[in-house]
Amino acid sequence: MSNTSERKQIIQDSILRTNARRRIIDKAITVATIACVAAALIPLGSILFEVFKNGASAISFEFLTEPQGSIVRGDGGIGPAIQGTLIVVGLASLMGVPVGVLGGIYLSEYAGTGKFPYFVRFFNNVMTGLPSIVLGIVGYIILVLTIGSFNVMAGAIALSIIMIPIVLGVTEQTVKLVPNSVREAGHSLGIPKWKVTMFITLWSAKNGVLTGIVLGISRIAGETAPLITTILGTSLFFQGFFGPVDALPLRIWRLSQQPYDASHEFAWGSALILILMILSLSVALRYLVLERKFRLRLPPLSLNYSFPIVSGMLKKMRGTKE
Amino acid sequence: MTSEEYADSLDYKVGRTDSDVRDYKVSVRHLDSWFGTKQALKDINFDVKENTVTALIGPSGCGKTTLIRCLNRMNEMTASAAVKGSVFLDKVDIYDRSVDPVIIKRRMGMVFQKPNPFPTMSIYDNVAAGLKLNGIRDKKLINEIVEESLKGAVLWEEVKDELDKPGISLSGGQQQRLCIARALAMQPEVLLMDEPTSALDPIASAKIEELMNDLKKDLTIIIVTHNMQQAARVSDYTAFMYLGELIEYGPTKQIFENPQKELTERYISGKFG
Repeated sequence: MSNTSERKQIIQDSILRTNARRRIIDKAITVATIACVAAALIPLGSILFEVFKNGASAISFEFLTEPQGSIVRGDGGIGPAIQGTLIVVGLASLMGVPVGVLGGIYLSEYAGTGKFPYFVRFFNNVMTGLPSIVLGIVGYIILVLTIGSFNVMAGAIALSIIMIPIVLGVTEQTVKLVPNSVREAGHSLGIPKWKVTMFITLWSAKNGVLTGIVLGISRIAGETAPLITTILGTSLFFQGFFGPVDALPLRIWRLSQQPYDASHEFAWGSALILILMILSLSVALRYLVLERKFRLRLPPLSLNYSFPIVSGMLKKMRGTKE
Repeated sequence: MTSEEYADSLDYKVGRTDSDVRDYKVSVRHLDSWFGTKQALKDINFDVKENTVTALIGPSGCGKTTLIRCLNRMNEMTASAAVKGSVFLDKVDIYDRSVDPVIIKRRMGMVFQKPNPFPTMSIYDNVAAGLKLNGIRDKKLINEIVEESLKGAVLWEEVKDELDKPGISLSGGQQQRLCIARALAMQPEVLLMDEPTSALDPIASAKIEELMNDLKKDLTIIIVTHNMQQAARVSDYTAFMYLGELIEYGPTKQIFENPQKELTERYISGKFG
């Protein structure tokens, strides 16, 4: 029919006409996306570069183990801060990881589509965005004033509250992604449901769950606001669970406010140590726990690409292994 | 007895509902099943003798998979599934309120259509999973059972030096045999196989069909298959289903050579399906 062939002609003409313009737009968008990636990575790269450049000179054995000496002369080091971070973050993880993981498992495996699970998910999402200073102030009132002093437990509890929504959310998503065939295979062997969930379904999702945990730990290791109002920070080593303790983010903040060059150098050094601790945790967990079991490479998880250096380091390590 | 003898015996009647359930390994009586409001199985009755291979055949959507999943109570895992009626394993109605579904699943193993080894476990761990998670700690015993099961699934020779490799690194046919070994490790009395070779190439399928012939000496096997020729090759008894009803059940030889119902005859000769 002439109608159809006319139509075809119109469409062909239109395609030819817009062809050149289409090609330009194609290229422009490719360039734009690459530029955006660069815009995202360059600041991150420059921050890491600055930290390494300025902080490397401060590192020494004394720096890592001694308490603060004279601020002006730059004596001593940040030993208490490192110890404090390890203690507070460790405690917070001990509390936050089980709650987050089990909560995620509940939402994925046991909850249906009723009102309660909906409320739990919604509430969890809201909590992920809770401003940490708000948590700090509430933590001060509830946990510090009642005990009577700034204390380690308050800091750990506040940090664990920040950590739980992150771990819970990631756990729920990754456990949901385990295909049903795996669960069915488990059930068909005559294994009770709780064992199938914990040892088969969760085990199959362990990649993602561990990434969520590392994400949570990395996040809380750098949180400063809740620590200001709960553990206060001191220049002494750990003195008991109900007394104050130091932590790296606090130390960085306080040192950077001093007018002395030595303090600033210490602050850069602390920042470097903090970043190295987080990076090494990420690498250690992924490489040693997950990848050593099988010589096959596991597919990388996109969630972990907030640490591009980790991927680079992993590639280097794998290169030397082969 | 062979299927020929059975066809001639007085014992044999389709849909006979008063036959003594004690003579059979698995007996299904008045089984109905629904998904929501749609009825998937309508008044199914048949008996399975011990140490035989029984095939369920029929066109897509006739309810064969639903039926086999009802036999070990896997159907309950599907949302909105409802079941009425009885399935007797030996003398016991597995749908009785006092029966624990988990125990039934230990006695009736299942192999699925698409091979589903546990993705993050090694070959050894896959086969041992059922044992370890049911509380067996004795390493020697587990080693023995793993070796036996892998031999029973004709996979031992191919993987005995690589038991630590991940289960998913095997080929499709090997994965399916791994799943069979995993099911065998639980020492089941009945093995339910839902289209076990439909995702496999002909060579792997042939190996698994040989396997069934060996296994039936110790177990009772019930297999769902889309492939009529496979049913004819492999089974002693065949059940033909259509739209949720059991149309005909009898010795394989008789079903294929001398079907009693017209519908069966039309399906066997490929007039539909």
